[in-house]
Amino acid sequence: MTGNSAPRLSVAVQAGLGSFTLQASLEVGAEPLALVGPNGSGKTSLLLTILGLHKPERGRIVLSDEILFDAALAIDRPTEERHLAYLPQDFGLFPHLTAIDNVAFALACRSARVSTKQRRSEAMAWLERFGIGNLGERNPSRLSGGERQRVALARALASSPKALLLDEPTASLDVEARVEVRAFLAESIRSLGLPTILVTHDAMDVEALASRVAVLEKGHVVACGLLSDVRRAPPTSFASRLFSSSTVPKTSGIASPSLQ
Amino acid sequence: MLGLGGLLLLFLVLPFVALVLDGGPEAIWRGLGCSLTWPALRLSLGTTLISVVLVVVGGTPLAWWLARSRWRSARWLEILLQLPVVIPPAVGGIALLLAFGRRGLFGGTLERLGWTPAFSVVAVVMAQVFVSAPFYLQAAVQAFGRLDPNLLAVARSLGASPPRLFVRVALPLARPWLIGGAAMSWARALGEFGATLMFAGNMTGKTQTLPLAIYTALELDIHTAQALSLLLVVFAFALLLFLRRFNRGFEAARGAATP
Repeated sequence: MTGNSAPRLSVAVQAGLGSFTLQASLEVGAEPLALVGPNGSGKTSLLLTILGLHKPERGRIVLSDEILFDAALAIDRPTEERHLAYLPQDFGLFPHLTAIDNVAFALACRSARVSTKQRRSEAMAWLERFGIGNLGERNPSRLSGGERQRVALARALASSPKALLLDEPTASLDVEARVEVRAFLAESIRSLGLPTILVTHDAMDVEALASRVAVLEKGHVVACGLLSDVRRAPPTSFASRLFSSSTVPKTSGIASPSLQ
Repeated sequence: MLGLGGLLLLFLVLPFVALVLDGGPEAIWRGLGCSLTWPALRLSLGTTLISVVLVVVGGTPLAWWLARSRWRSARWLEILLQLPVVIPPAVGGIALLLAFGRRGLFGGTLERLGWTPAFSVVAVVMAQVFVSAPFYLQAAVQAFGRLDPNLLAVARSLGASPPRLFVRVALPLARPWLIGGAAMSWARALGEFGATLMFAGNMTGKTQTLPLAIYTALELDIHTAQALSLLLVVFAFALLLFLRRFNRGFEAARGAATP
């Protein structure tokens, strides 16, 4: 790949996952990609592999023109140098830090020589941009699900990431918060234009947040394409069930159908 | 059933009753005035304080490494490091003597460097560190092992270097368990007897800690031994109260925090 101006994340990896092998190739540009599949199909493992927390045996991970991992060239950049924003299901806010200090943490990681005061005011600006400037001094435990999601996203973006990895971004929210967070996320993802991979069990998430879908089964990408195409011709029984129920919001991953 | 439980309860409580009541307050007061008391108390508090600091300073990074290591030998090392908990302290004392005593494995080397730790105050600290470190290590390894892997993953994805991850995320999150472990380790160091006797000896004012002073006092006057014992019970009781308060305060803070 040449030094294209459009950010792009390309992943082609093979990694042992205990009972099966994760073998996946994905290309993500400005169009967000939803990664769907039954529990245990390797979705989260794939995210962790891209993050650099699982080491694949073979393959290559390239972000724009930067090689994050290349087994043949023995390149394996540590997680902290990959510039990937990772939002786990429960948002991963540090419980011992206030909202503002959570964001300031990200700023401190990227620029050590800035004074604490300056960092806090910059963190405050991030929170204000996400409409939660009034919650800066609160601890995460005193924030609602939707508010936590905003803090987490503000923090992730404060670390100036080059791609976004979201793991079930609405699964831990109640139904009302889910609608709000979904709208907010959809707008944020669109305006950022970063390569985005989103793991989800929820057809509503897929519809609202992604324009492309990759279906994962037993570690393999069995289909990858435009949302409309995958919806029209679902490649697995999981995918067909996912999209047939897309008008009804699912409760969570627990309700995912089992495969014969 | 209830009767058996009651018997055990009586058996466990009666010695403490005797420890407090026997001889009356005057005998205990006189016992406290014995010439052994203050040197032993001073030595015990001073050496255990140093021991706890050494255990925490060395044990925290070691526990962090043990908790995060996927290296198979790390599991074996964890077991090895637990040994001092289950072996008799006297065995620890012999082992220390064989390692660092004048004729020990490394004693000759140490002596050439002008340092003979055995039967000195340094040996008291060494014995205490040896027997008490596992208590702290166990608590710390568990605390670090229980940290939410997602939080650590997020911290790293945000760009946190390994030292920052340790200092800014792991340490503050593990702190309550680390403090609990340090307190248990301190209690173990304060009560240390066997290894100290073997490796440091029992010299009043030099290596005679409170438990050793109790042993010596027993030959002079039982009430002196009783008074010194009460002193240790008071420390232990205060420690347990502190831990309960601390845990409750911690749980309340976390509990009130959950919506």
